[in-house]
Amino acid sequence: MATNTRIILICSGKGGVGKTTLTANLGIALARQGAKTAVLDADFGLRNLDLLLGLENRIVYTAQEVLEESCRLDQALVKHKQEPNLALLPAGNPRMLDWLKPEDMQRIVSMLSDQFDYVLIDCPAGVEDGFKNAVSATKEAIIVTNPEVSAVRDADRVIGLLNTHGVNPVQLVLNRVRPKMIASQEMLSVDDVTDILALPLLGLVLEDEQVIVSTNRGEPLTLTGSNSPAARCYSNIARRMQGEDIPLLDPSKEGSGMRDKFIRLMQTKIF
Amino acid sequence: MTLRDILNKLLGQQKTSASTARERLQLVLAHDRSDLSPELLDQMKREILEVVSKYVEINIDEGAVSLETEDRMTALVANLPIKRSLPTTNSGVDS
Ligand SMILES: Nc1ncnc2c1ncn2[C@@H]1O[C@H](COP(=O)(O)OP(=O)(O)O)[C@@H](O)[C@H]1O
Ligand SMILES: [Mg+2]
Repeated sequence: MATNTRIILICSGKGGVGKTTLTANLGIALARQGAKTAVLDADFGLRNLDLLLGLENRIVYTAQEVLEESCRLDQALVKHKQEPNLALLPAGNPRMLDWLKPEDMQRIVSMLSDQFDYVLIDCPAGVEDGFKNAVSATKEAIIVTNPEVSAVRDADRVIGLLNTHGVNPVQLVLNRVRPKMIASQEMLSVDDVTDILALPLLGLVLEDEQVIVSTNRGEPLTLTGSNSPAARCYSNIARRMQGEDIPLLDPSKEGSGMRDKFIRLMQTKIF
Repeated sequence: MTLRDILNKLLGQQKTSASTARERLQLVLAHDRSDLSPELLDQMKREILEVVSKYVEINIDEGAVSLETEDRMTALVANLPIKRSLPTTNSGVDS
């Protein structure tokens, strides 16, 4: 029985910023590093975590049957074949949204805490009931956002709500970072976003086509030992979560040629 | 403002879009975080100016009352250049 289970909500406010992709990749990465990890799909309306993990055909029971006590937790958990330290608790029927209460989420998470070192909760977008139920069951949170105005604004709203609910710590993952666009100052920089949101940065994830390829296959990048940019970012984040001191990638420091130096000079903040 | 922004300004070009994004976000978040609607904020500004002009003559055109935000703290910042204080101010207190 794990006593110091880390229960982490992965949320964003805005949809489509990369919560589910991050949950799948961190889940696998943590499991590969030896941590017993459960990923809980709390996005009952639009569940996808099963698909990203390639487990969609192995679901028999879901969180719904566990709550109704028509099956045991271990019957509903789907163990990953290649990475047995990882298990998925699938989301039930979207109609669960009608009756699910904060206490239900708390019950499920506390059951998972008995068996796992990490419980990662893939949160639905928005700030309505689905989000509130998930928040009530968590201790800490990772905010996922993109370097875009709408995603940052929505993240800010969610951070405010997490603060009121006493969720702590709250850390930031900046996803879909494009160093070239940052260099030409046509994308908010990593510092811009951390300054504006006033959150510690857990890590950034580079924009990477391989994310789509891996989604097509149902094999998260961290599973296949890929060395693609996003894969490295995801496993670095997982290692930081485990307390390892992994330096942050600085997109503006990529490259050392004359052109890169000039671009960096142009980014110097004057006031 | 970055070196590139200054260069762009000298060359009469637009600010970089990252700069614009930063400024727009700071403004919209100051409002979001304070939870004040634009109408309420306007009303508050008007009333603040009214109260202040009871005591001092202010330069309304150059004055500004705005919300600013840093480190998740929102501040109401008033910058109201005073032309001169009004004589009625002290007499009210004395009597
Ligand atoms: N680092 C990345 N590089 C490229 N595409 C990404 C990256 N992260 C996420 N995506 C894509 O963005 C889309 C939304 O991701 P998803 O994880 O489903 O977001 P959410 O769960 O927040 O709605 C997906 O199509 C995914 O493949
Ligand atoms: Mg999702």
